[in-house]
Amino acid sequence: MLSAGLLVLIGFMIVFVFSKAWPSFANNGLAWFGPGGDVDTQLAEIFNSPAESKSYNYTIHVWPMLWSTMLITGGAVILATFISVLSAMFIVEFAPAPVRAVLQPAIRLLAAVPSVIYGLIGLLVIVPFVGNHVITTHQKESVQYVIQLGGSSLIVGIVVLTVMITPIMVAIITDALHSVPRTWTEGAKALGVNRWRALRTVGVRAARPAIVAAAVLATARALGEAIMLSMVAGSSAFAPNPLDGLVFFYEPARTIAATIVDNADGLSVKPFGQTLYAFAAVLLISSAFLSFAGWAARQAMSKYTLGAR
Amino acid sequence: MSAQTLADRGQRLYTAIRGNESWSIGDRIGVGLAWLAGIGLCLIAAGILGYMLVRGVQYLNVSEVFSSPQPGLDQSETGGFLDPIQGTLIVTILGTAIAAPIGVATAVWLTEYGKPRGLARAVESAVEIVAGTPSIVLAIFGLLVFQQGIFSWFSVTGEGATPLGRSFIIAGSLMALIALPLIVGSTREALYSIPRHVREASYALGKDRASTIRRVLLPASRRGIGTGVVLGMGRIVGDTAIVFILLGATLQFEPEGAVPGWDVLKGTGSTLTTYVYQNSPAGEGGSPEKAYAAAFVLLMIVLVLNFGINLITRERQSMWGR
Repeated sequence: MLSAGLLVLIGFMIVFVFSKAWPSFANNGLAWFGPGGDVDTQLAEIFNSPAESKSYNYTIHVWPMLWSTMLITGGAVILATFISVLSAMFIVEFAPAPVRAVLQPAIRLLAAVPSVIYGLIGLLVIVPFVGNHVITTHQKESVQYVIQLGGSSLIVGIVVLTVMITPIMVAIITDALHSVPRTWTEGAKALGVNRWRALRTVGVRAARPAIVAAAVLATARALGEAIMLSMVAGSSAFAPNPLDGLVFFYEPARTIAATIVDNADGLSVKPFGQTLYAFAAVLLISSAFLSFAGWAARQAMSKYTLGAR
Repeated sequence: MSAQTLADRGQRLYTAIRGNESWSIGDRIGVGLAWLAGIGLCLIAAGILGYMLVRGVQYLNVSEVFSSPQPGLDQSETGGFLDPIQGTLIVTILGTAIAAPIGVATAVWLTEYGKPRGLARAVESAVEIVAGTPSIVLAIFGLLVFQQGIFSWFSVTGEGATPLGRSFIIAGSLMALIALPLIVGSTREALYSIPRHVREASYALGKDRASTIRRVLLPASRRGIGTGVVLGMGRIVGDTAIVFILLGATLQFEPEGAVPGWDVLKGTGSTLTTYVYQNSPAGEGGSPEKAYAAAFVLLMIVLVLNFGINLITRERQSMWGR
C-alpha cells in the first residue's frame, strides 16, 4: 500500500511539474534551450508581465544557464574523478595504517558537512581571496564592459563542488577496489610489476564500472546543488566565454538549480513560476536520466562481480 | 637439499623477480599524486573543521543559543538563534517520524514480499528517482502540491485563505522524502544480510510471515534501520533548499492559528541552514559573525550524528556467526 502510494507520488510529481512547466516550453519552442539575450532581463520581464493571462510574457533563452551548469558540473565531476580514483588507490594500497585511520573519518566528515557551510566558507574566504589576490586588475579591466569580476566565479564553484562530491566517489571506488579479487593484483605483482602498475592496470581497470557509477551519482549530486553554488559561483546569468582565455575561469556563472533558488521569491507570479517549474522539469529529466545511467552502470558491475567469483 | 641452499635459491628467485620491478618516472609521479590526493583530502577536512572551530569559538556567545532572532540594524540587536535551532529540531523530528515507518515498511515489502514483481521493480526505481531528484525540485514540487486548496489546513494562508504552501509540516513531509531512500536502502541491506535459515527456523516454529517479520527480522535488522535513520537525519539537518522554499524567509517562529502546538507546526520559521544562508552576504542580513556561529552549531550537530553512526555500526560483528 505504502509503496504504491510512493509510486503514485512520484507519478504526481512528474505530471505536476511538467503540466506547470508546459506554457514556458510551449511559448518558446526549441528556442527555450538556445542562446539569445540576457536571461536576467528576460526573467525580469516575465516577472513584470501584465496580469491578463493572454498577454503573459514567456520569452526566455536559457542557454547561458545550461552552459554554466554543464561547465560547473562537468568540471567538478572530471576533477573529482581524478582525485577520488587517486585517493582510493592511496587508501587501498599505499597509505600507512595511521594515515588511513585519519583519512577515512576525514572523508566521512567531508561528506557530512552541509552544503550551506561549504557555501559560507566559499563565500567568506575563497571568493574574497580570489577576487583580491588571484584576479589581476588587468584581467578585471579587460572585461569590465561585459561583466564585473568580483571573485565569485566559475573556478570557485568548480573547486568547492569538487570538494563536496569527492567523498561520495571515494567511498564507492574504495569499496570497489577492495572487492577486486586479491589474487588478480597479486598475480600481477608476481609477474614483477610494481605495486602502482599492478593497481592501476588490474585493480582500477576492473573497478571501472564502479568508477562510472560513482561519477554518475556525483553528477546527480552536483546537478542538484543549488544553495552553495548560488552563494559561491556568482549570481548572474552569464555564459562564461572560453575565448577570454584565463579570464574564462574567473567569470561568474549560475546553474539552473541556483537560478531557482535565487528567484524563489517570484514563484507566486504565474508566468514566472511556470518558467521556474520549467527549469525544475529540466533538472528532473536530467536526474531521471542519470538514475537510469547509474542503474545501467550497476548492471554492468554486477555482471562483472558475478564473473569474477 | 639442505635448508641453507633452499634459502639461497629463494633469495636468488626473489632478487630475480624484484630486479625486474622497475619504477618508471610515470609510476613515481602516479604514486606521488596518490599521496598528494590522500593527504590533500585530510588537509581540507582538517582545514574546514579547524576554521569553523576557530570562528565558532570566536563568535559564539552562549546567550545567542538561548535568544530569538530580532530585527535590528546592529549586530548586537539581532539576537541569537534559538528559533532556528528549535526549527531544525522540529523539521528533523517531523521528517524522521514520517520517513522511518514508510521507509522500513517499503524495505520490508520489497525484500520479504516483492510481489507482484513489476510493482516491486517500479517501486524500486521510484525510490531511486527520489534519491536522485535535487532537493530544490522536490521543494518547489511540494510548494505546488500544498498550494492546492484541499491542503490549506496544513499551511500558512495568505489573503482570502489561499494556502501559501509554507509551514513546518510541509517542510517536514518533503524532508521525509529526502530521508526515505537512505532508510529504505540501509534497511534492505540489513534484511538481505539475515540468512535464509533464520526465517525458515521461525516458520518451522509455526510463526507466519507477518509475525516473523515483526518478531525476528525487524529486531535483527535494527542496526541497519538505525543507521539509515541517522543518515536521513543528517541529510535533513543539512538541507537548505527545502527549508528555504517551504518554510519562508522569516527567521522567527510565526505561528498560525490558535491551537497550541499545532499553530507552530502550521506556521513558518527557520532552521540553522537558512539562518546561515540569510545571515551570509548572499542573504539579506550581512552579519557573517552570526552566520559563523550558527554554522558552527550546525556542524557540531552533524558531527554528533556522524559519531552516532559510528557507534551504531562499530560493533557490527555478525549476529549469525559469519
